[in-house]
Amino acid sequence: MTTTPSEAAAPAPASPPERLPRFDGVERALHWSTAGLVLVLLVTAAVLYFGQLSTLVGRRELVRRVHVVSGLLLPAPLLLALVGRWGRGLLADLRAVNRWDADDRRWLRSWGRDPSVRLGKFNPGQKLNAAFVGGAIGVMLISGSIMHWFDPFPLSWRTGATFVHDWTAVALVLVIVGHVRMALGDRDALRSMVVGWVPADWARRHRPRWYEDQVGDGEATRSGSG
Amino acid sequence: MSGPREVQVGRRVVLGMLGVGTVGVLFGSRVQDLFERTLGRTPLSSVLPLSRFRIYTVTGSFPSRSEAEYRLRVGGLVDRPVELTAADLRAMAPTHLTKDFQCVTGWRVSDVRWKGVRLVDLLDAAGVQAGAGGVRFFSFDGAYTESLTLDQARRDDVIVAYELEGKPISTAHGGPVRLYVAPMYGYKSLKWLEAVEVTGPNPKPGYWEVRGYDVDAWVGRSNGRDDDPI
Repeated sequence: MTTTPSEAAAPAPASPPERLPRFDGVERALHWSTAGLVLVLLVTAAVLYFGQLSTLVGRRELVRRVHVVSGLLLPAPLLLALVGRWGRGLLADLRAVNRWDADDRRWLRSWGRDPSVRLGKFNPGQKLNAAFVGGAIGVMLISGSIMHWFDPFPLSWRTGATFVHDWTAVALVLVIVGHVRMALGDRDALRSMVVGWVPADWARRHRPRWYEDQVGDGEATRSGSG
Repeated sequence: MSGPREVQVGRRVVLGMLGVGTVGVLFGSRVQDLFERTLGRTPLSSVLPLSRFRIYTVTGSFPSRSEAEYRLRVGGLVDRPVELTAADLRAMAPTHLTKDFQCVTGWRVSDVRWKGVRLVDLLDAAGVQAGAGGVRFFSFDGAYTESLTLDQARRDDVIVAYELEGKPISTAHGGPVRLYVAPMYGYKSLKWLEAVEVTGPNPKPGYWEVRGYDVDAWVGRSNGRDDDPI
């Protein structure tokens, strides 16, 4: 975005785009509605769990109901995003997040330092984050349901469900704190979850293989060799 | 599966977590016991889910009453209604219980130490009349009530407690005086005990019981299940 118009306009015939679309509207709506629900869940969970907060707030029945309803709603945005044709961008990204290639494995082994790695749209940390959050939502839903509709379940399952719910929550909080810190450390990436696009230059430097896919091979090779 | 270059790691992570979560539900209570025995009495327990009471109140606040102003009334179908101060309770023969505190929803705190007076001693002091069959309990939060049959109330492990873990019971834990019904789920152990009323055979169900919980709340033998107590 700091490129001046004259510079950008100079190689007129094959000018690369300044911005690349990274997340479409459905994906951004999914991300932020899920984030909002998770925030409500974390706040109500803290009130239910920490004695001092419980003492401060009281109204346990109300807080519990808000927590349960938000929890049951948590998968709704994802399901809504996937039922229609509007979820194509999301599906493609889920596929990309699911699959790991040799570059991803090398990136992870070198903690992102191996300069020969050429990443696609997502780095392995983001892939792990997405998979972990997806799995955790399922685990929290199952264990939370056992805690809420406890009647049919043996006592040891209820205690086990509480155990799973508590410790998964601890892990989730750590992962979310990490996720937010990474986002605050990379404003271009964070902005793309708000407005949808990243600067093309960001993509060329951080996600070269995705950049090539977006702008076409020849172009990327030229700018890459610089 | 797919070629050696591309692996579906995301799917494995999700399925693996669901698997581990299921195993955790089935066997987690044992792991939690192990954690509590090893880590539960360390400072870690203040940040990690260990040996921790979930603090419940059904009203908008926590009712507070000092030991000095506290009074416990025992009335209803008795010969001599009595009113006791906290000091009166402490002057009576104490009973010590060390038991797991088990919530019906699953959480449990191991080896909790309680000190108090057996409820049966209070009932005997007041003189239960013929025809009585139940006991109701009232909380000074103004909302919560509980009930027991007279037989249940006479058990040795049903106490009016004033100490928890060697200290006076805090407001959050239902102090200065609360009920502790050891063989039943936590919701029977009414907090902020204010009045004990001896009634006829079928006392009114308590706060959670009118909301669907079992009246006879034996740990492991009620609320949908008939298991051995853990």
